[in-house]
Amino acid sequence: MDTKKTSLYQLHQDCNAKFVEFAGYQMPIQYSEGIVEEHKFTRNHSGIFDVSHMGQLFIYGGDELIRDLEKIFPLDLKNLKLNHSKYSFLMDKDAGIQDDLIITKIDEGFLIILNAACKDNDFKILEELLNEKYKMVLDENRSLIAIQGPKSSQILNDVVDGVKDLNFMSGNWFVFENQKVYITRSGYTGEDGFEISVPNNFADKLTRELIDKGSKLVGLGARDTLRLEAGLCLYGHDLDKNKTPVEANLKWAISKERISKGDFIGSDIIIKQLNDGVTKIRVGIKPEGRIIAREKTKIFNQSDVHIGEITSGTFGPSVNGPVAMGYVENEFSKKNTKVFLEVRGKKYAANICSLPFYKKSYVKGAN
Amino acid sequence: MSEVKYSKEHEWIKLEGDVATIGITKHATEMLGDIVFAELPEKGSNVEKDGTAGVVESTKAASDVYTPVSGEVVDTNQEIVDDPSKINQDPENSAWFFKLKIKDKSEMDSLMNKDDYDKFAKENNT
Repeated sequence: MDTKKTSLYQLHQDCNAKFVEFAGYQMPIQYSEGIVEEHKFTRNHSGIFDVSHMGQLFIYGGDELIRDLEKIFPLDLKNLKLNHSKYSFLMDKDAGIQDDLIITKIDEGFLIILNAACKDNDFKILEELLNEKYKMVLDENRSLIAIQGPKSSQILNDVVDGVKDLNFMSGNWFVFENQKVYITRSGYTGEDGFEISVPNNFADKLTRELIDKGSKLVGLGARDTLRLEAGLCLYGHDLDKNKTPVEANLKWAISKERISKGDFIGSDIIIKQLNDGVTKIRVGIKPEGRIIAREKTKIFNQSDVHIGEITSGTFGPSVNGPVAMGYVENEFSKKNTKVFLEVRGKKYAANICSLPFYKKSYVKGAN
Repeated sequence: MSEVKYSKEHEWIKLEGDVATIGITKHATEMLGDIVFAELPEKGSNVEKDGTAGVVESTKAASDVYTPVSGEVVDTNQEIVDDPSKINQDPENSAWFFKLKIKDKSEMDSLMNKDDYDKFAKENNT
């Protein structure tokens, strides 16, 4: 199968991107300045990320759709206000995570942003669960551009007037070059920022204007170091079908109101785990030295017993040291618990820590 | 006069008397990207030609560092362990990795000179 290219492919080339294949797309892993510089530029100024490979699923419908989606997602969707977004998951009946996603209430229904590698399968699952009752469009005609970092609000507002008044985790339709663009104040870096759904034909022009105003393109490499410092999960690594939202320490994303009713897919397991606890849980892990413990690194306790595994690990440029996340047996999940990581046959000391590794407050909004 | 030679694994080696200084090439650092971790062999240990003698890691992945000749490790560069970004800044000079008291100078013969290495690097630009 041929790898797909996004609407910004030419721009990536113009900016000397190094490409990698990711979920069937040719995506930029970094540009000429490199991952560390791109990471720091995002934290201090503003970075632009092409995330057009992600799925933009529009589902159209009214009150009946809300009721049907509540059978799928552990969210209080009937009280989700217009243009407000929630983080959630598509679970199987055992509460295993099939994808993590952002769902936004729009006028005609919902917009769901899905992971690139999962989007086609998610579409099939949802179509089946909804009995093909609703019009569903996995929109290939729109690109998705994220702009993240402290200067992004001003830069984007200079190009699309009014966006700076958006609140965190909410969105709206705006106009760029007479085109309707849907913009949410959200992201995946731990910084204030926006995600812009724009027609493919206008993605290049929009992005070039953002660059002219002082933002810079940032590749998937820095996207990974930024999200890991922010303690955010990456599907296929920190989350998968063998992990539940409770095990993933994401129970904050499950509506309490919905748990009391327990009528969504996977609710039996979720309720059981919330009541009885879990055997393994996701934690932050900070190695003591400079050693980098990557995915699949084994974790041991002080008695040299294998207690878990790293699911993401890298060097955090803003932390200026190694950072990792992983799953450990529940009794070793307390903050400051000393553990050992086996890297290239040697064991290195590390400590369980709270997430995120790097914290900056999200902007609540100008109002 | 000292002579600098190069290996197919992108190490450089400079021989002065019977002590060789070894590091990784500028080409290698460009392929790796930002280097954020370096691990060196222990002083006093013996390393064998083409064997692993260290590790460098970029934000993306870990790569082994090999030794192009055999010998006893007589010195290591702690500065690059404390600040691995120095490897990107000055790979073929101040950011050397380790020094070996070499056993057999003839092991140098199979290595490339600068022109041959530059050509090799250009052809293996992956």
